[in-house]
Amino acid sequence: MGGRESTLVLLDKNGIRCDGRKIDEPRKIMIKAGVLKNADGSAYIEFGDNKIIAGVFGPRDVHPKHLSNTDTGILRCRYHMSPFSVTERKNPAPSRREIEISKVIKEALLPSLMLEKFPRTVVDVFIEVLQADGGSRCAAIDAASVALADAGIPMRDMVCACAAGKVADTIVLDVNNEEDQAGQADMPVGYMPNLNKVTLLQLDGVLTRDEYKKCIDTAIGGCKLVYQIQKKALTDKFFENGGNQ
Amino acid sequence: MTSSVLDQLKRKEIVDLLDQGKRIDGRAFDQSRPLSIETGVISKANGSARVRLGDTEIVTGIKIQPDKPFPDLGDKGIFICTAEILPLAHPDAEPGPPGEDVIELARVVDRGIRESGMIDMSKLVLEKDKSVIGIFADNSVVDHDGNLFDACSYATTAAILSCKIPKWEIKNAVPVLVEDHESSPPITTIPVSITMGRIGEHILVDPNAEEWECIDARITITTNSDGNICALQKGGKNGFTVDQLSKCADIAISAATKIRERLKQTKG
Repeated sequence: MGGRESTLVLLDKNGIRCDGRKIDEPRKIMIKAGVLKNADGSAYIEFGDNKIIAGVFGPRDVHPKHLSNTDTGILRCRYHMSPFSVTERKNPAPSRREIEISKVIKEALLPSLMLEKFPRTVVDVFIEVLQADGGSRCAAIDAASVALADAGIPMRDMVCACAAGKVADTIVLDVNNEEDQAGQADMPVGYMPNLNKVTLLQLDGVLTRDEYKKCIDTAIGGCKLVYQIQKKALTDKFFENGGNQ
Repeated sequence: MTSSVLDQLKRKEIVDLLDQGKRIDGRAFDQSRPLSIETGVISKANGSARVRLGDTEIVTGIKIQPDKPFPDLGDKGIFICTAEILPLAHPDAEPGPPGEDVIELARVVDRGIRESGMIDMSKLVLEKDKSVIGIFADNSVVDHDGNLFDACSYATTAAILSCKIPKWEIKNAVPVLVEDHESSPPITTIPVSITMGRIGEHILVDPNAEEWECIDARITITTNSDGNICALQKGGKNGFTVDQLSKCADIAISAATKIRERLKQTKG
């Protein structure tokens, strides 16, 4: 986004991106539900080179107690990157970036959960980024939403997330790490596909009014693709081999 | 926090008024609170501003000093933005390390300035990869009456516009201050953030503290002088439809014009 100079060709004359994708093609996405024994719900996602695991505990007692709410359950969310997840070792202490991302992920997931059914409790979502490759907050939401469903927490909808961005003056789906570094804009979007609501929206970089609209529509298109993969992860776990009993 | 009966009554009052097309303080839905900007209020800082947005008040100071560049950005100066809600600003504010709300606040203000390219960072290099000029913007919230995002953004922008950058020369690999050679900052555009809250179907510009308590979702849209969008942050416990997001963008672009004119006049 800083528009850093580089020799990388982000978009060739045939409309092919630096990793061989078309402009409306997401990276390879694989989600597996129920990967942890101890967590109440869990999911593992590979989104391009992102490798992220999400674990859900609860609804359970709130500690410290003063955080509890007599009207509704609360949601806590921790997004954390492993020190080995990026090129330069990351200090394991939570950074300001991770604290902000934890907050926006929490607010992206919250509208989908019926926590009012569980007053005085907490649902904890722990997200560990084992390997990061650009767009990790979207991949984290995709995994966390599957983990919440896997935990059996009553939900209004799934939350699926995917980014769109501007690279070489073109709106593209699912910005990867190189495109994020050298591109013009990155817009992560979280979306509830059945309620048609955007629950995460951020932007780094400059877009015109029309590009803004196009970017949101492109990202939502990606979210809908992710939604199918999320559903498959859950059917694979609960109905074995994708059957529809 | 538990919502008390009083909070629920307040919310009902606010929502009932909105359904009649009125806001609790009588403003139009797309109208910000009165904005006052005073610059040069802290003479020890290189730039400063005291901004009041309604009853929200921010004091922002800019300190400028030589620093090391970020490892991957050796040909750019650095910009760092922080925020603190002082304990005197609100009965619920407590001293201590910043919580997630304050970290988000500082990062949203930072993103608006940074992504708009307001300051031409390439002009702030003393010696490539070794020494650059650092601009530190520290926001102190002294009175909290809602929408700290816009108030801190305007205060930071005004403080930057009014700042003077001292001159350093590299001698024996160390930056040495050259007295009495201050210059204006390399400004390319003026970013303006507009924060909107959604209560039911209503979109409110610049919610005050009472409205803020009732918000279903909020969005901060920062635009540059060309009217393009350069930063976004959605927050709050619910979401927006695509149509609402379109409407918010239109509101943000038009509401920013007036505020940008105000900020332009603060050039130091």
